[in-house]
Amino acid sequence: MEDKAKIQAKEIRFRYMQDMPPAVDGVNMQIKKGEFVAVLGANGCGKSTLSKHFNAILLPESGTVTVEGMDTQQEEHLYDIRQKVGMVFQNPDNQIVATVVEEDVAFALENLGVPPTEIRTRIDEAMEMAGIFKHKHKAPHKLSGGQKQRVAIAGVIAMRPDCLILDEATAMLDPIGREKVMKTIRRLNKEFGITVVSITHYMEEAAQADRILVMNKGKVVLEGTPKEVFSQVDLLHSLRLDVPQATELAQQLRKAGLDMPEDCITEEECAQALAKLLA
Amino acid sequence: MGAIIRAEHLTQIYGQGMPDASTAIDDLSFEIEEGDFVGLIGSTGSGKSTLINHFNGILKPTSGKLYIDGQDMWADPKQIRKFRFLVGLVFQYPEYQLFEETVEKDIAYGPINMGLSEQEIRERVKQAAELCEIDAEMLKKSPFDLSGGQKRRVAIAGVIAMRPRVLVLDEPAAGLDPEGRDNILSQIKAYHKETGTTVVLVSHSMEDIAKYADKVIVMNQSKIKMYDTTEKVFARAEELLQMGLSVPQVTKIFLKLREMGINVPANVYTIPYAVKTILAHQAEKKGEIV
Amino acid sequence: MIRDITIGQHFPGNSLVHRLDPRMKIILTIGYIVLLFLAANPAGLLLSGLLLVILYRSSNIPLKLIGKSLKPIFPIIVFTVVLNLFFVTGQSQPLVEFGFIKIYSEGIRYAILMGARIVLLIAGTSLLTYTTSPISLTDAIERLLSPLAKLHCSVHELAMVMTIALRFIPTLIEETDKIMNAQKARGAQLDSGTLQQRMKAMVPILIPLFVSAFRRADELAMAMECRCYRGGEGRTRLKQLRLTSKDWICFVVCVAAFAAIWLTNFAFQSL
Repeated sequence: MEDKAKIQAKEIRFRYMQDMPPAVDGVNMQIKKGEFVAVLGANGCGKSTLSKHFNAILLPESGTVTVEGMDTQQEEHLYDIRQKVGMVFQNPDNQIVATVVEEDVAFALENLGVPPTEIRTRIDEAMEMAGIFKHKHKAPHKLSGGQKQRVAIAGVIAMRPDCLILDEATAMLDPIGREKVMKTIRRLNKEFGITVVSITHYMEEAAQADRILVMNKGKVVLEGTPKEVFSQVDLLHSLRLDVPQATELAQQLRKAGLDMPEDCITEEECAQALAKLLA
Repeated sequence: MGAIIRAEHLTQIYGQGMPDASTAIDDLSFEIEEGDFVGLIGSTGSGKSTLINHFNGILKPTSGKLYIDGQDMWADPKQIRKFRFLVGLVFQYPEYQLFEETVEKDIAYGPINMGLSEQEIRERVKQAAELCEIDAEMLKKSPFDLSGGQKRRVAIAGVIAMRPRVLVLDEPAAGLDPEGRDNILSQIKAYHKETGTTVVLVSHSMEDIAKYADKVIVMNQSKIKMYDTTEKVFARAEELLQMGLSVPQVTKIFLKLREMGINVPANVYTIPYAVKTILAHQAEKKGEIV
Repeated sequence: MIRDITIGQHFPGNSLVHRLDPRMKIILTIGYIVLLFLAANPAGLLLSGLLLVILYRSSNIPLKLIGKSLKPIFPIIVFTVVLNLFFVTGQSQPLVEFGFIKIYSEGIRYAILMGARIVLLIAGTSLLTYTTSPISLTDAIERLLSPLAKLHCSVHELAMVMTIALRFIPTLIEETDKIMNAQKARGAQLDSGTLQQRMKAMVPILIPLFVSAFRRADELAMAMECRCYRGGEGRTRLKQLRLTSKDWICFVVCVAAFAAIWLTNFAFQSL
């Protein structure tokens, strides 16, 4: 079990400043190879801070984080870890470096000293995977938010990472852009086996994950499959979180005395259950 | 009540006469009644941002007229500031416009520009702060020391302090967590109820529109495609989906049920309404059996 | 609107001029500027202009773009022309005499030549930026300056700064626009009042702009770290610059043309 864990956090604690309460407070968790994990939590719960530990952007004050057995504290592993665990941030404008899409996608590979001919093949492949190949000669500021975010994703997957961390990567996008980005992410996860850790406020996105972690005040307070997590409607509400409307509807009907399953989280499941009830 | 905003053949063309000219809004004629809470939906590029910029006189129409409270907005371009005080516009991510040393001073910026007396300014700042749940302690702080959600409330208070007749908000909840989103939107709703101010809410979240708006304007390809009560608009879910827009998840569930041949109404768009509908359906069924 | 600025803009294409090595283009542009100063006689400038027209044509850049790129410096041209017209004195009788204003035929000649020289200067350098993407331009500058790295000058860092600046100029222009609109919506008066009032009115624009630029810088630095950025050492490049025979042929042709134009000096009187 242990050796299959991609990322492992043991008892990690982190404070931004000495006199501040810990942003991450004793978190134990692991992420397995090929998994799609969503991390939920209200603003300021420490989920973003936690995710920055996974590629050594932040180092824990106490406890350890290991990526495939490499301790993030050890300087000599720094670039190996960052190559293996890529990160995409919220604002698409603030993570694109170059003035042409393909040059930006090549940025990480240039930093890693990859030979030019190999850079070419790898960026073409990455742009294809992210669905932005046809925009490769465009200037980033001419693209839509969703396209820019997929450029950022391509720039990360060109490193051929094993794991992709999305820090609210869809928060600033419109529904169409969001859907396209999520489709790309799901494809990277399913077809290419890339492990995905997605921090999000969108419950519908979290419902598509294999596993959900819920954080509150620097701690992981709930963990399980989407069905397990979303069936705890009242607990989630008390943590200032939402559930998908499908779950909410089923729960309210249950409260009204109807026979609805506890674990329906998608529209399809809810419609099926209702159909049985109403037919 | 009369129309607070009235558009007549309002058209905006960007780069007119250039080969890359594009029509952002095309011959719009409509009215917004004073005291309404109107949701404005449409995908990116449908023209809704252009339209709300017009409400505030940020853009000048290429052709057509816009009347605010019965007065032609561009009759005298020098007077445009008067209309900016009548229609308060809260842009997307408004926290990025904060600049003063303290929250209090920042909220006062609009009223100061209006040339009000000090007494009046103080009173308005106090009231706007109260409406947006900004306490006395926060008023003394620097806006740059606040959390994202707090900054957003300060920015909205800065517009509310001008006491506009119409409050236009572009995605006021974007990027906030579920609680922050509910807080902001319910405060806006409460403000609407308390003061009777007309509100135009632009949002991509159909769940939020369904929950808060009484009427909905749907824009697509530079035109207004629907303008009706929220109930009637969401009853046309299939058309909305065809325009690349979404509908609330409950509406989708009811759409699926109808596809399965179950006779449920199409105009269900909120959870309480859905619960009521299903319970009524159940009661009816039982009645039949008996 | 501020968005209309064209100077320094790139027009992608696939012409010979577009495909030339950017280093060669920079050197030839410098050569052209030198030429404009060396061969400042009517025939020389005429031929220089002709050469430029040929180059614009062969790179499919519409000539009307020259007009656009001249717009921002139009006052400078007018100023230079007027200055030369009124203050250059000649040996012959003045053509026009109006009070203290005396216009000599030399003045007219100088005014036209100086005006033409500035126009050609801008048009020539614009051709470089029109046909070369900003990134290959910075690339070329980095490589042309690379000997300086041995003298411990931070050439790579300089090039990186230029790239990021180019990348963020459109973003920040858009941001300025947004902030201006937001403050206007709160009743800011940006385009009326005394100079002092206007300066004061800029504060609500500049502060948010700086705050946002710093925030962006912070986030960008983190994103760059995530993508393993660690300075210029050991870096490879996607685009390798290699001088091909095509570059050398163009070089020889251009140098020959420059030399021929320079020779006109001996037929005509130079400035």
